[in-house]
Amino acid sequence: MHLKELKLTNFKNYQEVRLDFQSKINVLVGKNGSGKTNLLDAIHYLSLTRSAFCADNFVIRLGEQFFFVKGLFQTGKNLEEISCSLQSGSKKVFKEGVNEYGKLSDHVGKYPVVLIAPDDTELVKEGSEERRKFFDSIIAQLDRQYLEALIQYNYALKQRNSLLKIFAETNSFDAVALESYDQLLIKSGDVIFRKRKEFISEFIPVFQKYYSFIVADEVALLEYKTELDRTGLEAGLTSNRQRDLYLQRTNFGIHRDDFHFILGGGELKKLGSQGQQKSFIIALKLAQFEILKNHKGFKPILLLDDIFDKLDDARIAKLLDLIKRDELGQLFITDARPDRTRELLEHINVSATIFTVEKGQITKI
Amino acid sequence: MEYPSKLIEEAVNQISKLPGIGKKTALRLVLHLIKERPESTTALSEALTNLRSQIRFCKHCFNISDHEVCSICTSHRRERSIVCVVEDTRDVMAIENTSQYTGLYHVLGGVISPVNGIGPADLTIEALIERLNTASSEIKEVILALSPTMEGDTTAFYINKRIKDLPVKVSTIARGVPVGGDLEYADEITLGRSITGRTLFN
Ligand SMILES: Nc1ncnc2c1ncn2[C@@H]1O[C@H](COP(=O)(O)OP(=O)(O)OP(=O)(O)O)[C@@H](O)[C@H]1O
Ligand SMILES: [Mg+2]
Ligand SMILES: [Zn+2]
Repeated sequence: MHLKELKLTNFKNYQEVRLDFQSKINVLVGKNGSGKTNLLDAIHYLSLTRSAFCADNFVIRLGEQFFFVKGLFQTGKNLEEISCSLQSGSKKVFKEGVNEYGKLSDHVGKYPVVLIAPDDTELVKEGSEERRKFFDSIIAQLDRQYLEALIQYNYALKQRNSLLKIFAETNSFDAVALESYDQLLIKSGDVIFRKRKEFISEFIPVFQKYYSFIVADEVALLEYKTELDRTGLEAGLTSNRQRDLYLQRTNFGIHRDDFHFILGGGELKKLGSQGQQKSFIIALKLAQFEILKNHKGFKPILLLDDIFDKLDDARIAKLLDLIKRDELGQLFITDARPDRTRELLEHINVSATIFTVEKGQITKI
Repeated sequence: MEYPSKLIEEAVNQISKLPGIGKKTALRLVLHLIKERPESTTALSEALTNLRSQIRFCKHCFNISDHEVCSICTSHRRERSIVCVVEDTRDVMAIENTSQYTGLYHVLGGVISPVNGIGPADLTIEALIERLNTASSEIKEVILALSPTMEGDTTAFYINKRIKDLPVKVSTIARGVPVGGDLEYADEITLGRSITGRTLFN
């Protein structure tokens, strides 16, 4: 699968741009602030129905009332036009050909992309929510039932927490009302628990393969941590009931799961060097790429943002190795230094199409 | 927006509080009223004042009513053994339009949604239970006709749990209604069919 054509209108700093891409390597070079990352974000938007970096109202070009993005995707012999338009203040409209999607979730997963921005270490540094989001987004792209269970669980959790607050405020208690949400949490939570477990056991070996490929003599571990391993959801909710009433929130369930990143026996967040953290993130993303590829039967689009700037030579060499062996599909690479990427690619003897980005204008070289 | 008159500004502010009406539409309505004869504005404001001060809810079913007991609850032609539980008056109107239903109603006044500050105690659920419990009750069946949304489902679960030990049959409307949709928007044929084809609640 690859993106053949892209048209942007009022998308971030682009007023009007139309581009043809090649099916392998596309390089975007240009000064800081010229719009390289914005272009990657437009591709991310078409694939996942949202920006990788900001909320919808910041996507519309300053001073304008709408944006429009259209992409022509080729999968095998099949060409499909995907478009999205958003008028400020209205609901966004996503279309496949001329048909509007009823639900955005129907589109997610059809044209997968993986974005690697090695600088973004939130995944390592932030709380467990970031890590759950990372894995949830992959599993949801592979499994509709998982996405539906997640929506249901989040709904029941929000309602249950509000109910606990109402109990406290009105000094009342209604066991049946609590149970109405508990049964929803149990039903959807069990699905999520089972599928996370199943997924992570498939993910770990692929992740480890990439980590040891990037960093030859280190072993990285990934662990799914959940209270549900010891206590079932129903029992856990029951035994936490008094605490829940007291704290006015739900203290047991899959919303407290975490994924532990471990390196050399210690926690990556505390003990890992910056380089190790970057390698860890790249291995996670490459594993995401391979798992999506295995399930979809074709390679996702890979967006590499400033990768040559942020990685050391040894790690760059490893990535170039993957490119040389043609293991990656269509690539979009950004670089603020025009010559570096060209030299690196010439060195491994692969041809690329290079685009120069300048203040929202793009020209093919 | 700058208005040429405080009076206009105040009227626009009040009208734009209504659902689905923005400042622009409100201004259009206000300018329209000024153009019309004064009597029509008086008639409008009287209608609204009367509506608010005289509107009542039926003491049995909580449907909107001009009297203490509504015309459905007093009608001799209605079956008294069956009660259809709905979210609000619009649902009563929608089901009446199907002409498929001849029983009574019970209007909840909403669905359970703690996020929006609505717990079971804010609805007429206790009154329903009391209605089923009174010695003179002839009710043999309760139909839960709530929208197939997550809120509607939770409310149905809750009510069923509360009344399942009483000597009444609890059923739910068949899902001809598109999932995720509102009852109000279902067409009459679909809605009529889903009432006749109701299934036992489990
Ligand atoms: N909604 C918007 N309307 C207009 N301009 C915007 C909008 N959103 C972002 N920009 C502009 O886009 C520019 C940033 O573009 P981008 O992040 O793509 O740069 P870049 O080429 O990736 O730079 P770097 O090399 O520093 O990463 C900023 O100058 C910013 O002001
Ligand atoms: Mg950038
Ligand atoms: Zn009545």
